[in-house]
Amino acid sequence: MSQKTMMRLATILERHEKDVLNEWVDQQLAAVTRRRDLVNDQELREHSRRFLAIFRQAAQNDSGADADWAEARAFLEDLSRTRARQGFSPSETAMFVFSLKQPLFARLRQEIGRDPDALGDEMWNASVVLDRLGLYTTEVYQKSREEVIVHQQREMLELSTPVVQLWQGVLGLPLIGTLDSARTQVVMENLLRSIVETGATIAVIDITGVPTVDTLVAQHLLKTVAAARLMGADCIISGIRPQIAQTIVHLGVDLNAVTTKATLADAFAIALQRTGFAVTRAASARSASPAKN
Amino acid sequence: MDRIPIIKMAEFLLVSIQVDMHDKLALTLQDDLTNQIVKSRARGVLIDISSLEIVDSFIGRMLANIAAMSRVLDAATVVVGMRPAVAITLVELGMSLTGVRTALNVERGMDLLRDALGEPAAVDGAHANAQD
Repeated sequence: MSQKTMMRLATILERHEKDVLNEWVDQQLAAVTRRRDLVNDQELREHSRRFLAIFRQAAQNDSGADADWAEARAFLEDLSRTRARQGFSPSETAMFVFSLKQPLFARLRQEIGRDPDALGDEMWNASVVLDRLGLYTTEVYQKSREEVIVHQQREMLELSTPVVQLWQGVLGLPLIGTLDSARTQVVMENLLRSIVETGATIAVIDITGVPTVDTLVAQHLLKTVAAARLMGADCIISGIRPQIAQTIVHLGVDLNAVTTKATLADAFAIALQRTGFAVTRAASARSASPAKN
Repeated sequence: MDRIPIIKMAEFLLVSIQVDMHDKLALTLQDDLTNQIVKSRARGVLIDISSLEIVDSFIGRMLANIAAMSRVLDAATVVVGMRPAVAITLVELGMSLTGVRTALNVERGMDLLRDALGEPAAVDGAHANAQD
């Protein structure tokens, strides 16, 4: 785009800024993509006014360089991020920019309608700029949504790998969800830290909540077991469902080095036995011996 | 320090690695330890690596070697006090030190050695886990 034409756009905009703004805001208020529940009229007007001012400024200074539009992009980035967090859809967010076209083009036609060539050029230039800004808005929207997802993933990782103390010297790790490398790392670190803190000698890894066990998951489990052993703690893997037992054998995964139990209760019993505890039922109310359950 | 001290306590030998192991130091330790086992007729070796922050595959292999050598000389070996980061590193290196007994701290390690030699544990209730 040449400097001259952007300059003309800027001049026209300057002359009609108030009208364009009013039309634009009215149009946004009437549009189906309007989200009255998320942003009020006043706020929308303020956003529009600020963007239009920045847009005009940028058009005035435009020299064909990308940097001239940095301020407009920064503003849209802010807006897009806020809207993504508020729950706007991508098209609702992008329409903020695209809806400026109609009032802008109307003014252009009014000003230079007698010269079709100039009008065509002018409209094309404005269109290119606005399209680019609109797409940028969508891009930022996408990015900020991805950030939200990554953040949630990280939170889930923390939430889904608790280490609990089942008994003196016995830790429990109820695993929920698929085990990938990143999670194995977190699980391993949590487990080893807990072993140091509690001085546990046995850790029960319960995989009832692990939907599938393939060779990779099995390898990750074995790694965790090996690391715990280096810290002086034995691991018992429990919660192995019938299908998973079949899968493990079919895959040829060697779990011989690890004690495995079908249920957490069995694993706990074995853990108590190894730590030298026994759970006994109180024979009767008269019995003075304290029960451990 | 060009040598890691080996302390004799009854029928056990105690080795506490307090400095970063470099390769030569590790080899000297292997030498000294095997000599000492033979000389003092020790039946158990306890290696404390709680100050060891950096390990590589060489140190890992050295630990496994020491355990294997002691076994040949009929002395049980237990490695104690490994840090979580060190444990993770060794596992990632593919060295899970199978065949080496491990314990969380020196106290448990001594229990483990006494257990292995068929003597009653000195501390009540505290149980070291046997790894075989």
